[in-house]
Amino acid sequence: MLAALGRPFLRLLGGMGRMAGFTVRSFAAVPKTRRLPRRLVRAIFEQGTRCLPVILIVGIFTGLVLGLQGHYVLNRFGSESLLGALVSLSLVRELGPVLAALMLVGQAGSALAAEIGIQRNSEQIAALETMGVSSEGYLVTPRLLAALIVFPMQTALFVLIGLYGGYLSGSAMLGLEPGVYWSAVEKAVEARDLTECFVKAGTFGLITIAMCSYQGFYAHLGHGTGARAVSAATTRAVVLSCVLVLALDDVITSFLLHR
Amino acid sequence: MTDTAEPLLRIESLHKRFDDNVVLAGASLDVPRGSLVTVLGRSGTGKSVLLKCLAGIVTPDAGLIRFDGKDLDATTRADFRRRCSFLFQSNALFDSLTALENVALPLEQTTNLSDAEIRQRSLEALQQLELDAHHDRYPSQLSGGMQKRLALARAIVTKPELVLFDEPTAGLDPLRRNAVFTMILKYQRQFHFTAVVVTHDLDEALIASDRVALLDGGKMLFEGPPATFTTSTDSIVSSFRDSAAALRESVAALRQTTAVP
Repeated sequence: MLAALGRPFLRLLGGMGRMAGFTVRSFAAVPKTRRLPRRLVRAIFEQGTRCLPVILIVGIFTGLVLGLQGHYVLNRFGSESLLGALVSLSLVRELGPVLAALMLVGQAGSALAAEIGIQRNSEQIAALETMGVSSEGYLVTPRLLAALIVFPMQTALFVLIGLYGGYLSGSAMLGLEPGVYWSAVEKAVEARDLTECFVKAGTFGLITIAMCSYQGFYAHLGHGTGARAVSAATTRAVVLSCVLVLALDDVITSFLLHR
Repeated sequence: MTDTAEPLLRIESLHKRFDDNVVLAGASLDVPRGSLVTVLGRSGTGKSVLLKCLAGIVTPDAGLIRFDGKDLDATTRADFRRRCSFLFQSNALFDSLTALENVALPLEQTTNLSDAEIRQRSLEALQQLELDAHHDRYPSQLSGGMQKRLALARAIVTKPELVLFDEPTAGLDPLRRNAVFTMILKYQRQFHFTAVVVTHDLDEALIASDRVALLDGGKMLFEGPPATFTTSTDSIVSSFRDSAAALRESVAALRQTTAVP
């Protein structure tokens, strides 16, 4: 019984340790990686452009729904003037970083896990090692650094487009004075809210891209071989990243709220 | 000073097992400087594992690898990697990079050459392999033979002293097999690198190689010039060598017993 419970727990701990080691090695490869700025720009472009449409679409609909639901609830208490505060704080503190991260995992993270998995499968990673090139440095480091830039940027964009969605449903559709909406937004959002937003975005970016890279990089050690191994690694990458985002969101929120 | 009589590469009693499967059980091999050595053996006898142990992709359980008079360890491995290239059976080309970018990759990542120098050297390598007209194409847009040449261009662009070829003719028809062996021999003579080729194509190996070795049961059962291989009386060597004749005899016997009246 104890062994049955302990074995998966030890396996989980071992996996976490290996992923931490992989992430540390990737960052430690920064000084050794040649032409890193060029690869970083490429990674920013890939992660950024790939996810832009989905961020814009999900952001606007999230704002629209928040505006509608918020107006419905606040109207009951005669407090529609606080709609801007509700939409902005919900987006900045919670929905922006979490939903943007989930969209980025679905779009860029899954593609990254599959790409690196295929590179492992077709011996491209082994080829790098025989050339004396750090495979983590070449393949993973630029992606991790890019995530630290792209996730906060995409989150900011998500929040801005969501605020506009809230304005569309609250003011343009339901008749709330635009000045009242934007003034409530301005008064509600403080520096610490923005700090929480960007701390979450950066953390989610680092952890999810590390997870997706790790799963792809070690696709050959999982279940199955060939295309099946890549498919399993991609699924694991997306599922575990999503779970990590939600778990970390809880941890960071608890920590920052009670600071 | 390096002793000129000493082989460029010496493998001594290499052992490797994967769980219960013993793949190498004391394999030894000498690769003289400037020679083309072919390691023969049936499928699954550990030829590729031997090469991967040399390239550092697989860590041997025991044994010694000496390169240019020095034992390969953590400190000498980096120097070995600078002076050695590996040509994978699958070519291992980066499908998201063009032919030129693939060839430039090792120079970009392991040297301090300027962009202009890297481009010039990469184009030269492509030109030598008659691929310069296709420098902007992706690997998927090239034929199988061209991909093989592109992989060789990437392998030689760093001017290595040793090139390891893992089953370069696997899955190719006889004409293409000949073309690939001719290509290896031609560029080995042109660029003066030492080559270790792993294959099970006996005829091509005997014609093109300076020395051949036969790996079986995890050990080198034969090592010497092709002429000696063809006259060896060792039972395993002769069974490998005469496999085509044995097949002809079996087929002839089968045809006789199942002949249509």
